[in-house]
Amino acid sequence: MVDVAVLLSVGRHPVSGRARRAPTDARALELALSLPPGRRTALHAGSPDSPALRDYLGMGLAELTVLAMAEGRDPTDALLARLRALSPAPSILLTGNRAEGGEDSGMLPYSLAHALGWAIVPDVVALTLNDDGSAELVQALARGQRRALRVAMPFVVTIHPAAPAPRPSAFGPARRGRITVEAVDAPEDTALAACAVRPWRDRPKRLTVGAPGGGSGGALDRLRAATEAKAGQGRLLVGPTPDEAARAIYDCLQEQGMLPR
Amino acid sequence: MIAAALSTVTLTVLLVGLGLALVQARRWRAGRSAKVGVWAGLAALPARYLVDVHEVVGRTPFNARFHALTAGGFLASLALSVALALPPLRHPLLWGLLALTLAVMLAGGMMVGYRRRVLRPAELSGGRFSRLPLALTGFSAAFLLVALDQSAGGILPVWLVLTLVAVGGWGLAELVFGVWNGPLKHAVHGALHLAFHPRPARFHDGAGRDTGLRPLDLAQADAPLGAGQAVDFAWNRLLGFDACVQCGRCESACPAYAAGLPLNPKKLVQDLVLSLDDGSDDRAYAGHGHPGRPVGAAVTGPTRPLVGADALIHPDTLWACTTCRACVQECPMMIEHVDAVVDLRRFQTLERGATPVKAAGVLEELRATDTPSGRALDRRLDWAVDLRLPVLAAGETCDTLLWLGDGAFDLRNQRSLRALVLLLRRAGVEFAVLGAAELDCGDVARRLGDEATFQDLARRNIQTLEARRFRRIVTADPHAFHCLRNEYPALGGRWTVQHHSAVLLELLTSGALTVTRPLDGPVAYHDPCYLGRYNGEIDAPRAVLDAIGAQRREMERSGLRSRCCGGGGGAPLTDVVGERRIPDMRMDDARATGAPTLAVGCPTCTLMLEGVVEPRPQVAELAELVLTATEPTP
Repeated sequence: MVDVAVLLSVGRHPVSGRARRAPTDARALELALSLPPGRRTALHAGSPDSPALRDYLGMGLAELTVLAMAEGRDPTDALLARLRALSPAPSILLTGNRAEGGEDSGMLPYSLAHALGWAIVPDVVALTLNDDGSAELVQALARGQRRALRVAMPFVVTIHPAAPAPRPSAFGPARRGRITVEAVDAPEDTALAACAVRPWRDRPKRLTVGAPGGGSGGALDRLRAATEAKAGQGRLLVGPTPDEAARAIYDCLQEQGMLPR
Repeated sequence: MIAAALSTVTLTVLLVGLGLALVQARRWRAGRSAKVGVWAGLAALPARYLVDVHEVVGRTPFNARFHALTAGGFLASLALSVALALPPLRHPLLWGLLALTLAVMLAGGMMVGYRRRVLRPAELSGGRFSRLPLALTGFSAAFLLVALDQSAGGILPVWLVLTLVAVGGWGLAELVFGVWNGPLKHAVHGALHLAFHPRPARFHDGAGRDTGLRPLDLAQADAPLGAGQAVDFAWNRLLGFDACVQCGRCESACPAYAAGLPLNPKKLVQDLVLSLDDGSDDRAYAGHGHPGRPVGAAVTGPTRPLVGADALIHPDTLWACTTCRACVQECPMMIEHVDAVVDLRRFQTLERGATPVKAAGVLEELRATDTPSGRALDRRLDWAVDLRLPVLAAGETCDTLLWLGDGAFDLRNQRSLRALVLLLRRAGVEFAVLGAAELDCGDVARRLGDEATFQDLARRNIQTLEARRFRRIVTADPHAFHCLRNEYPALGGRWTVQHHSAVLLELLTSGALTVTRPLDGPVAYHDPCYLGRYNGEIDAPRAVLDAIGAQRREMERSGLRSRCCGGGGGAPLTDVVGERRIPDMRMDDARATGAPTLAVGCPTCTLMLEGVVEPRPQVAELAELVLTATEPTP
């Protein structure tokens, strides 16, 4: 029996801009729901009226506590106070590694871990509990690498987008779930107030085709760089027999280390 | 004495049978309440049996004949046997009449035996059904001998006649007790189902066709949404399942079953019947199962979960259905399989969130963006920038409102939409589109059981459409056509909705479009389920093809008995694996005609059939063919 707390924020759909479950927070809740049964505290700091909160309840969460605060407030202290007030204290605090709103800095879990004096493990994709008060974590690293960690509780984990996809949200449980609202005082987020917010726009990537590699760096070179396949890699077989082709594929897989030698 | 014995045996068996039927009725009466016009239904029963049921059974004339002989002879002989209880009626004439009815029944019984023993259609169930011919012929032959003997004045020794009465009594008991849990269950339950049918409008005394799904009351909070256990179905739905005679016509028609997907509609209905028994399993079922699924693994019970990895119905079975209604079209017992599938799916989606992964993703995009593909609504007209389509704003008026549908986001279907737009311009039709105000019609959400999303989309679409004035809505998508025409009215949206095939026919016959280059060559036409079976529109597309000079060839399984392309009901999203692909099988039907072109009238069919590997006939949308044929000559 391990008590976990999950921090859930409201996301924003990239196309329609509508409120939705924040993808990594939903994965954090998925992970929390798949742990052996224990007390699960779900917290959201912000407006209690967002329809996206019901989407979290639709995943099978019975209750969600909302620390009601106005837009543009800093939720750190309020969350901290609420987490400290939980008795018994949760052993694991789960949340997504980045929200879709606010400053989008991903700093909140670090601030909380720092204030609580807990360890923080970022970018986790899997979590299993041990009997001795520790947990086995799998952390996502760059280029698809994974690192296994054993961490003593209590700790904070942030969930990586590569974690298992969240279960769909169902209408019935979403309707039945309870939202408990607690009005809290929160200071204004000064950093956010100083920012100008505008929709993100995808910009075309600049192709860097330089003169040093040969060519003048003109339009023709850029077109070539964008369309031509790099020569000199691999082997070209023209009209091979099936046996030859199979042998070539087999050798290649062996070279790549995908088959035993 | 013989007459008394005969009538006593008959009466006793009938009374026991009535008791057993009442016991059986307790099962389906455990279901949810339903609004049923009891007296009107009972009054309409004989005509529904003779017209609507006969229409289905008569597709195999042999079956219609043995039913007429057996059932007619049986009912008449029962009445006459009971009449024999009254001494004044024991006249040789009555015995003669009884002999006649029993002879008729014997003929029917022998036809049943011929079908079960000699023809042996593979889709028929065995088990208790195998004893049916014996019981039919045993009863009628034994009583026939008795009746003949008595009408002749009693020639045979009394012990022999009494033995014959006993043999006939056994046959009768076998038949009548079968009302409880055997082959003849279908007679009583089928009759009650005809009277208390959940869709009375589908019969000839109603509209003749009723295919729109019923809205689910989302405000009700005390009962689960959809059907998670057997007793969540309305009682008359359970009665309908109990009427199933396991003839297997649905099995022969089901595209999923033919493709080896784990769905057999007959077994699905039997699963629902069996689930009313507590603590049993499906080992007694003696027909084909769901392909690739074992029997006897799950325990039944009226309040056990119906769908699940360990339950009677595996999720793959549920999500393999394309909602093509081929089973409903073929069912002589008028069972509504698709309604049952959607009820089961509603529970899975709305209460359990157990929609298969890819489908759940689509539903989430649909909720967030109002398009299943998750694209921005204001990009719906991107493909038509050069066409400068007039967009109908709120408060404006036009003649024809063109509903583009989700095909507008798809490269292939943009081609057929472009053809349709050019044709409307060529014919001088004043039309407009909704542009970014058009949301998805909600078809796929509804078939996947997401009634909440469907109703949300439908309400907002209705609001949009009510704010504009037009004479008619025209769409190239039969799924949108069906939703707008048959399912929006229940939520308050009523307009004239037409499929573009009907409009093209209108324009061709009125002379607004002139055929300049007749299509010279054979063309096969594939009926979309949502146009044909759901809306009965099988003539207009054919008339269009004829009008543009195509040599139309009919495929195996066409018209109202067409085979699905595999694209309905969210099946491409749930993506249940089978031995074959449904569109491949459909394309085989097209290949068999030898026609180089396969005409279609549905964006989903276009995608599914064009996805079949070549060599195959070219897939062309009706509008594309008409566009080529009516190209103005310089």
